[in-house]
Amino acid sequence: MASTLNSKIPEGPLAEKWSKHKAGIRVVTPGNKRKLDIIVIGTGLGGASAAASLGELGYNVKVFCISDSPRRAHSIAAQGGINAAKNYQNDNDSVYRLFYETIKGGDYRSREANVYRLAEVSNNIIDQCVAQGVPFAREYGGLLANRSFGGATVSRTFYARGQTGQQLLLGAYAALNRQVAAGTVKSYPRHEMLDVVLVNGEAKGIIARNLVTGAIERFGAHAVVIASGGYGNTYFLSTNAMNSNGSAAWQCYKKGAFFANPCFAQIHPTCIPVHGEQQSKLTLMSESLRNDGRIWVPKKLEDVEKLRKHEIKPSQIPEEDRDYYLERRYPAFGNLVPRDVASRAAKERCDAGFGVNETGLAVFLDFKTAIDRLGEDKIRERYGNLFQMYEKITAVNPYKEPMMIYPAIHYTMGGLWVDYNLQTTVPGLYAIGEANFSDHGGNRLGASALMQGLADGYFILPYTIGDYLAGHFKDGPVNTQTPEFEAAEKAVKDKIEKLFSIKGKRTVDSIHKELGHIMWEYVGMARNEEGLKEGIKLIQALKKEFWSNVFVPGSNFEFNQELEKALRLADFLEIGELMARDALNRRESCGGHFREESQTEDGETKRDDENYMYVAAWEYKGEDVEPELTKEPLVYENIKIATRNYKD
Amino acid sequence: MDLTLKVWRQKNAKTKGHFETYQVKNISEGSSFLEMLDILNEQLVQEGIDPVAVEKGCQSSGPVSFDHDCREGICGACSLYINGRAHGPDDEVTTCQLHMRKFKDGDTITIEPWRSAGFPVIKDLVVDRGAFDKILQAGGFISVRTGGVPDANAIPIAKEKADESMDAAACIGCGACVATCKNGSAMLFVAARVSSLALLPQGKIEGARRAKAMVAKMDELGFGNCTNTRACEMECPKHITVSHIARLNREFLCAKFQD
Repeated sequence: MASTLNSKIPEGPLAEKWSKHKAGIRVVTPGNKRKLDIIVIGTGLGGASAAASLGELGYNVKVFCISDSPRRAHSIAAQGGINAAKNYQNDNDSVYRLFYETIKGGDYRSREANVYRLAEVSNNIIDQCVAQGVPFAREYGGLLANRSFGGATVSRTFYARGQTGQQLLLGAYAALNRQVAAGTVKSYPRHEMLDVVLVNGEAKGIIARNLVTGAIERFGAHAVVIASGGYGNTYFLSTNAMNSNGSAAWQCYKKGAFFANPCFAQIHPTCIPVHGEQQSKLTLMSESLRNDGRIWVPKKLEDVEKLRKHEIKPSQIPEEDRDYYLERRYPAFGNLVPRDVASRAAKERCDAGFGVNETGLAVFLDFKTAIDRLGEDKIRERYGNLFQMYEKITAVNPYKEPMMIYPAIHYTMGGLWVDYNLQTTVPGLYAIGEANFSDHGGNRLGASALMQGLADGYFILPYTIGDYLAGHFKDGPVNTQTPEFEAAEKAVKDKIEKLFSIKGKRTVDSIHKELGHIMWEYVGMARNEEGLKEGIKLIQALKKEFWSNVFVPGSNFEFNQELEKALRLADFLEIGELMARDALNRRESCGGHFREESQTEDGETKRDDENYMYVAAWEYKGEDVEPELTKEPLVYENIKIATRNYKD
Repeated sequence: MDLTLKVWRQKNAKTKGHFETYQVKNISEGSSFLEMLDILNEQLVQEGIDPVAVEKGCQSSGPVSFDHDCREGICGACSLYINGRAHGPDDEVTTCQLHMRKFKDGDTITIEPWRSAGFPVIKDLVVDRGAFDKILQAGGFISVRTGGVPDANAIPIAKEKADESMDAAACIGCGACVATCKNGSAMLFVAARVSSLALLPQGKIEGARRAKAMVAKMDELGFGNCTNTRACEMECPKHITVSHIARLNREFLCAKFQD
């Protein structure tokens, strides 16, 4: 197949690329849009905004989600905010600055043209959301307020308390509801895509399972959009929702779409620490808390011991005995360094024995200084819901004692490879939001996921998809009674039957937990050659164990959550292996990917721009065959490549 | 701690349900309520099919079905009626944020699905809340298209109004208000959306039409009337108050006068 990837980045100066590209691509006339069907998988910020916008344009849209309502997609849980280059603070922000900081934050592993476009449309997103009635935080004068986020030199984050993702999603969901009422969008809740169907190499539909009845159904369309989020749940414990999964994207990979940079997974520094073996998921505490919270551990090991034995409270440790290690190591950015840097610094302190809870895997996030300066009311206004959530989970009042936090898997920068049009290597198959790889490089900055999801869905895909569909309005409706649909449906049914037939001894969750332990140990915050090879072996063995010893109770023709989980785990086992392979291939440290062999003297990441300044795109070659790597070189024409420096 | 669980089991919407009794042991008090149910389900999967339970109408597949997703109290998926209270004995939390330290060793806990004409049972503790989507589709939006909107700061909004709008917009659509109301009314849910938009200049324009359309749809879908018992407000995990119902009523009356 294609040995070189065509990213279709337009010619011309950076700031003009998107305008020129839009002017040059084809448009489908209103009358012909009605003849075209589009399937959208997922209803988070990307999926909901895309489905609504495409419906408004006049296409026939079918939108699928696995929850009981589109509103429950996991974008809802994003807390802190959304970035935009509005420069409302007069602090010298600009499209260029947002672009530059996003590229730098991603450790120079994302595409210039894509990121510039993202920064360019960021301002439209805020306008759109306000028009939809999103109640962003405001100043007393009635204008919009901003807060600061990690890796940024200016204050450009818009927010709605600690529920920004919820409010933006409710805005997109409302736009979607309006189109459902108008009849341009048909919504299929509690439906899970189990395969994509290709006809003559182009995406023409999907096979989905009705999660209530178990019926396997065929849906045809002229284009398919994957907006199903990331694959962070490969680690079992993550901040993702329990049902978040990588399966839709993975089926696309197995049908020929390239998968890019799978090893780039973000570990978020501020999550509530693991309480024990019964833990099912990890809860995030928003990055916005680092605006006012200071991160520390004790300087003295004897204080650590006393804390672990509950002999003293953290508030009793005097100021001079505290090590505010981020402020110490990174004076320029302090507590607001990017997530990957903050996570590794926490691990470094805990590895050195300074972890503050019984497991030794926790550091403090302390608001005392901010409360002294601003008063408890101000802090409550900014973070009230987060403080309440923390107290409900841990039974500790964070107004009195510092929070305990530890890094956890949060977001995956890797995903389906897409060109500038957000099209995968399969014609007619698109990927948006977290499901694609395009904008965040090796590390995503805080408040940029919401920005990307909505940019793709509202302002990019609705333009670029027309260029492809303009060649298809004469095709007529897609016929699902063809050998290709037949074969895809049969493969799905066979897979489900196989799962029931194993009748082994292990529960789905027990295998998933084991996978999570392998991933965290060998493909986690610090990786090395030997460990990755070992990890691959263990994952392969676990995959065999799964396919020979899992027990899936019940039957297909009912609401069956164990079957849902088993189907997703089958894919996580393969995703985990590809992540490890990609991490093994990338013998450099960059962003969230830390190879122990490649670090500076003071333990910072050391990139290898000469050999690894590329996107690693993997092509599926068959069951138990090694995937093939294609490299898309990254070319930086507009910014100077530098070592990321958050110290001075 | 060790607990006795009385769990509602129901094969599907067409069959009758019943309570089944289970024991769980060694539950840590730091675990969440749903983690406790995960442990029960691991146990039930391992025990395999219980023919007696199947005979009585349990699902064939052993584990108890329940809706859940984010486990951070924001997606609104979890929906359990625990010891006679929506989302259980703690205040201002969803079921997923209820922790086992709220219970004592040896307790018996009764777990039921939301019970309301508007929310038919799909299986065990899972109900169909599709009616909420339909109510919002009837008018729970501002009619703007993507693109072509004014600059965000061109519409100043008083901070107090924006804050109050946000209070209402915090609704997670879980349905605890309906499950708690003796009339099975969805007034608090409808009011939260109507009020959140009516407080903003952008939303004011369609305020009357929105209120009328959403209330009409709520009635059509079989939800009951509001008789001001305020039970919904007491159980709302996001502390949405009945003052929003008052605003809905004002919007609704205005709409009627305009007719």
